Amino acid sequence: MADLLPEHPDFLWRNPEPKSSYDAVIVGGGGHGLATAYFLAKNHGMTNIAVLEKGWLAGGNMARNTTIIRSNYLWDESAAIYEHALKLWEILPEELEYDFLFSQRGVMNLAHTLGDVRESMRRVGANKLNGVDAEWLDPKQVKELCPILNINDNIRYPVMGATYQPRAGIAKHDHVAWAFARKCDELGVDIIQNCEVTGFLKDGNRVVGVKTNQGTINTEKVGLCAAGHSSVLAEMAGFRLPIQSHPLQALVSELHEPVHPTVVMSNHVHVYVSQAHKGELVMGAGVDSYNGYGQRGSFHVIEHQMAAAVELFPIFARAHVLRTWGGIVDTTLDASPIVGITPVENMFVNCGWGTGGFKGTPAAGLTFAHTIATGTPHHLNKPFALERFETGALIDEHGAAAVAH
Amino acid sequence: MLLISCPNCGSRDETEFHYGGQAHVAYPENPNELNDREWAEFLFYRDNTKGAFAERWLHSTGCRQWFNMLRDTVTYEIQAVYAMGTPRPAAAPPAAESGTASTAPDSTTTGTAGPSIAATSTATGTASPSTTAPEGATK
Ligand SMILES: Cc1cc2nc3c(=O)[nH]c(=O)nc-3n(C[C@H](O)[C@H](O)[C@H](O)COP(=O)(O)OP(=O)(O)OC[C@H]3O[C@@H](n4cnc5c(N)ncnc54)[C@H](O)[C@@H]3O)c2cc1C
Ligand SMILES: [Zn+2]
Repeated sequence: MADLLPEHPDFLWRNPEPKSSYDAVIVGGGGHGLATAYFLAKNHGMTNIAVLEKGWLAGGNMARNTTIIRSNYLWDESAAIYEHALKLWEILPEELEYDFLFSQRGVMNLAHTLGDVRESMRRVGANKLNGVDAEWLDPKQVKELCPILNINDNIRYPVMGATYQPRAGIAKHDHVAWAFARKCDELGVDIIQNCEVTGFLKDGNRVVGVKTNQGTINTEKVGLCAAGHSSVLAEMAGFRLPIQSHPLQALVSELHEPVHPTVVMSNHVHVYVSQAHKGELVMGAGVDSYNGYGQRGSFHVIEHQMAAAVELFPIFARAHVLRTWGGIVDTTLDASPIVGITPVENMFVNCGWGTGGFKGTPAAGLTFAHTIATGTPHHLNKPFALERFETGALIDEHGAAAVAH
Repeated sequence: MLLISCPNCGSRDETEFHYGGQAHVAYPENPNELNDREWAEFLFYRDNTKGAFAERWLHSTGCRQWFNMLRDTVTYEIQAVYAMGTPRPAAAPPAAESGTASTAPDSTTTGTAGPSIAATSTATGTASPSTTAPEGATK
């Protein structure tokens, strides 16, 4: 039998034992932790570093997201960092020598009320001023781009138009993680799975090491990339983060022939849909209202999301829900991430990407690596510092950025 | 779907309720004396506990009253329901109750007492006023 099976593919990374010390340790082996390690090694020559992951590589939100990539955010600070990320997505498959199926099939954000229409048009204007490709579509143009969308006005929230970003799209999330992991490994980064950080060693207010279930590791610098568990790690280190962790769910249908050519998101009825390369319809909804670390949410959230999907896409009525799952998303009150220094010396934090951080992965990695290596923020993440909650310079993308995924 | 035991109405579906975030966050006693850091803490920083968490809920489509609840944020098990203005009860020992995440005991003794008007001090500060609107209900 065995000789009938194809040969096992090459392993993409080693599984080394942790060394006793590193120049920097990244906590969390999701997309952001891996991208950070990659840019630390590539841009800053820091190769004596490790990524510590408590479970398996990229098994957290990185494995659970609906992979939407776009940069049509309202505010200048957000447009700058997300557009930079999008430009990196455009070159990364070549740079990482890995085709992770980045498909720029466009993203549509539907408007269902007059308020939506005004806000959307304003956002299109703001996007254009920031060099982000954006268009306003009337319902007929919406239908031309996505024929399966119901634009009749006899539904509860008729489609009154949409914003469209042609360069936006989706990518294969697992492959993105593997692409970064392989390059990290090639550059000498140790990726250590099943390694849970349980505490920090400090010399006064300076972090000097991490305690893990695989022993103590000394390190000069620590970068936290723990998404939903950021508050738990911050508490171990002795500071607080303005983050609330919520369950966020998504689901897929069985495989279908290609029927859905783009990505459609609706903030108002709260559903977002794309069709994966293999053919599953991939749909996500809103967060569960309560705080939760359970990686599962309530079924009524899924029911609500399905009702919206079927009204917008009558053709989906006979599709079946094949699998549902949940992740833990780290939300902030202004729906913008936190990337920067912390009250603990030599400890840095990248978190708060909440429901929409997959698209930001390359920019998070680039700017966070810069911050860790130099001790000061990159110009792109400077506005996203923890101190904005004290200065009041919030970057309020709630609602402003269409749906926050 | 959580089954939540409203102190006034009994067990109802989660969809009848509105989440209000961390409980026992008191309005600053001397607001004029707060520095920026302290304001930031009051406005934007809330505990994000992994485990037993005291939080506020509003029975918005029922009696429209706020109350507090102690819930495990990992198992989602509801450990106690209690009136606003009363101190946080001790977290139930993990194995004491066989209830699953979705079953809130109807007979939670800690939750059936009438709301106390007196401002009872708690471990985290003074009692929270029962009329405050929820901060940061995430949408
Ligand atoms: C259902 C769902 C849909 C989403 N859809 C989109 C979308 O369409 N577009 C988009 O842009 N974003 C989306 N997101 C958000 C996106 O997935 C996240 O913002 C992003 O993945 C967060 O960064 P990450 O990949 O590093 O997180 P994660 O993959 O969660 O990585 C964090 C890692 O830290 C590890 N960790 C935690 N604690 C410790 C510890 N003590 N020691 C060691 N390791 C630890 C965890 O195990 C985890 O692997 C979605 C999220 C979910 C849940
Ligand atoms: Zn009630």
